[in-house]
Amino acid sequence: MIRSSEELVKRYNETKGKILNRAGLETNGRKEVLVCGVAGCKSLKSDTLVERLREAISDNGLDIEVKETGCFGFCEKGPIVKVMPEDIFYSQVNPKDINEIVESHLVKGEVYKKKLYINPETKKAIETTKEIPFYKKQVKIALRNCGFINAESIDEYIGAGGYQALAKALEMTPQEVIEVIKESGLRGRGGGGFPTGIKWQFARNNESQTKYIICNADEGDPGAFMDRSILEGDPHSVIEAMAIGAYAIGANFGYVYVRAEYPQAVERLELAIEKAKREGLLGKDILATGFNFDLEIRLGAGAFVCGEETALIASIEGERGMPRTKPPFPASKGLWGAPTIINNVETFAVIPEIIKKGSEWFKGIGTKKSSGTKVFALVGKVKNTGLIEVPMGITLREIIYDIGGGMLKGRKFKAVLTGGPSGGCLTEEHLDEIVDFDRLKELGSMMGSGGMIVLDDKNCMVDIAKFYIDFMVEESCGKCTPCREGTIQMYNILNNITSGKATLQDIDLLESLAESTVSTSLCGLGQTAPNPILSTLEYFKDEYIEHIEDKRCSASVCKDLINEYIITDKCTGCTICAKNCPVECISGERKEKHTINKEKCILCGDCFNRCPFDAIVTR
Amino acid sequence: MIKLAIREEQIKELKNKIKTHKEKPGPLMPSLHDAQKLIGCIPYEIQKMISKELNIPVAKINGVVTFYAQFSLEPKGENIIGVCLGTACYVKGAQAILDKIGSELKIKSNETTDDGKFTLEATRCIGACGLAPVMTVNEEVYGNLNVSKSVEALNKHKEGAIND
Repeated sequence: MIRSSEELVKRYNETKGKILNRAGLETNGRKEVLVCGVAGCKSLKSDTLVERLREAISDNGLDIEVKETGCFGFCEKGPIVKVMPEDIFYSQVNPKDINEIVESHLVKGEVYKKKLYINPETKKAIETTKEIPFYKKQVKIALRNCGFINAESIDEYIGAGGYQALAKALEMTPQEVIEVIKESGLRGRGGGGFPTGIKWQFARNNESQTKYIICNADEGDPGAFMDRSILEGDPHSVIEAMAIGAYAIGANFGYVYVRAEYPQAVERLELAIEKAKREGLLGKDILATGFNFDLEIRLGAGAFVCGEETALIASIEGERGMPRTKPPFPASKGLWGAPTIINNVETFAVIPEIIKKGSEWFKGIGTKKSSGTKVFALVGKVKNTGLIEVPMGITLREIIYDIGGGMLKGRKFKAVLTGGPSGGCLTEEHLDEIVDFDRLKELGSMMGSGGMIVLDDKNCMVDIAKFYIDFMVEESCGKCTPCREGTIQMYNILNNITSGKATLQDIDLLESLAESTVSTSLCGLGQTAPNPILSTLEYFKDEYIEHIEDKRCSASVCKDLINEYIITDKCTGCTICAKNCPVECISGERKEKHTINKEKCILCGDCFNRCPFDAIVTR
Repeated sequence: MIKLAIREEQIKELKNKIKTHKEKPGPLMPSLHDAQKLIGCIPYEIQKMISKELNIPVAKINGVVTFYAQFSLEPKGENIIGVCLGTACYVKGAQAILDKIGSELKIKSNETTDDGKFTLEATRCIGACGLAPVMTVNEEVYGNLNVSKSVEALNKHKEGAIND
């Protein structure tokens, strides 16, 4: 039990040695091995690596700990194994590499070169994490502990300075806490970008016996996994921040509303809550200050609309997750009619750092109106996919080319999608634009929760618009007619366009439907649902016209506009297409031009996407 | 369609769980999650039972059950195949994978094979975007897929299903 802030300091002093050693700040000469135990790496069987490492270490008579941590971010190169404190980064590690790594690095002290990351530019192996270009431009605040501490150990969190922000906040008045958050300029990371401090102030000003604080972890944007990584890699940071927020607004109870699709995140969070309770950091009279705060998990049930605050509240109350009219805003009348604050996971994750280091420090990072950093899931057709945290104000080019390593297979950049199904696309002319809340909005997209999907010339923009509106057709809660019916009609029009059955008037109809859905829907879902259509129409109208007039999809995505795939004289006979064809309809001798059997071909497009020489075309 | 047999013990266990939820505000969602987990679906008779236990009209419960994608009225197959259609997977060709698996199993998404062995689902993002495109068979995740690799993965489980 940690009963007072003195006891917290004592525990910190007992546990910090290990963390400082790992960070290479104060070495005690002991090595440690870290293995990413979440998301991508876990699905590549990183747990087998942990077992094999432990076996190999004990076989060699060594006493070295192996820790499962949260996400290192560089998912593309997973599974990743790091040796600390020297911070050596081994990528794409197989169970069969383990013996060599242990014998070479841990026994003899020589870095095992074969599994190091190779810089694709210079073709040279890179030893330490910080030298890898993917990490160079990143600034980690929300992800400070992800991939660094063992998420299941509260002692490691405390050793890394955890819960000290709570102790500090409890020595301040609630109003002082709110002032720090206000001054920091922190804006909601869930997508809306509303100033967090002002939201807290509203809830503080509303007098009530009961108030609630809720963490929105219903990460629904398909193509984004920021919240998942934080919950799995550093759950205590969210718990600590929720306690700080509760103290500031005057709440004594909180809920974490988390997607049921993230079982590991739920498990880690449950464990973290249990440990925090056992240590007295949740519960009654926290750190002997008289402040009481308790926390419970509520599972989402697969409804995207529940990311909207009022729908989320309805869901916790046991109703259909349908948004309610605002005002009253949740800060005055929220869960069960009580003043309620809802913040996103990432917003919470940065709060302890702001309390500890002060608002000036936070304001020093980012742009004038968007301070701090933002976590993005950088995915799609870039070389380095993964989870990144960058200062606001970085350019898209820096993200895609410096961190992302440029386009996959050297293809041509076409667009980047931000803001998920509520956002839009940005094109080549925007690459040197900066990323912050206001600039992205001005450009017709939005920050969103942090999905960033890069597209190349083999992606069709009309198809992307159709994909997103199809998502919204399913996810519209059905309350407002323009959203319920409008999304279906927009989908039908887009479907006609991609199957060659539309006329040019359909574009006007699409635009007018989109605009009326935006202006007449109640909640954010409906108001933003047509954004991908409006944004692709703005920047890629030619593609819409090409589909309608020429009945052609130049990206060769829209199946109804493809009659057949043909192999041209560019074919070198490399056999890649033939080897991978699922129906084995491609034939030809090695180093000779191949042919496709039209009768057997199912038009899956696998060969088209795979051909390194662009030798396959459609007709 | 697969026949559903609900055992006495399952009902008893569910009732016990509902009792603990009843002590707290907002007991419906946690009760429905437990029902889905214990029984595999929430058919009308279970909705009626929950209605009685929580004193909430069955019409309202039905409304909630049918609103959320996680709750189903009918049982799912023994193996659940989820082809991720999140954006990151979609732009890397997940639709072709879903189509192919569907044609291999002769079902559409959200359907179950006649023998009750497989249910095919188009899932939204599972957060493994770095490995896109991905598919899951039960708990197992297959990443960096293409059409032919996805068929291989399916066949592995088909053999397993026959051996059972």
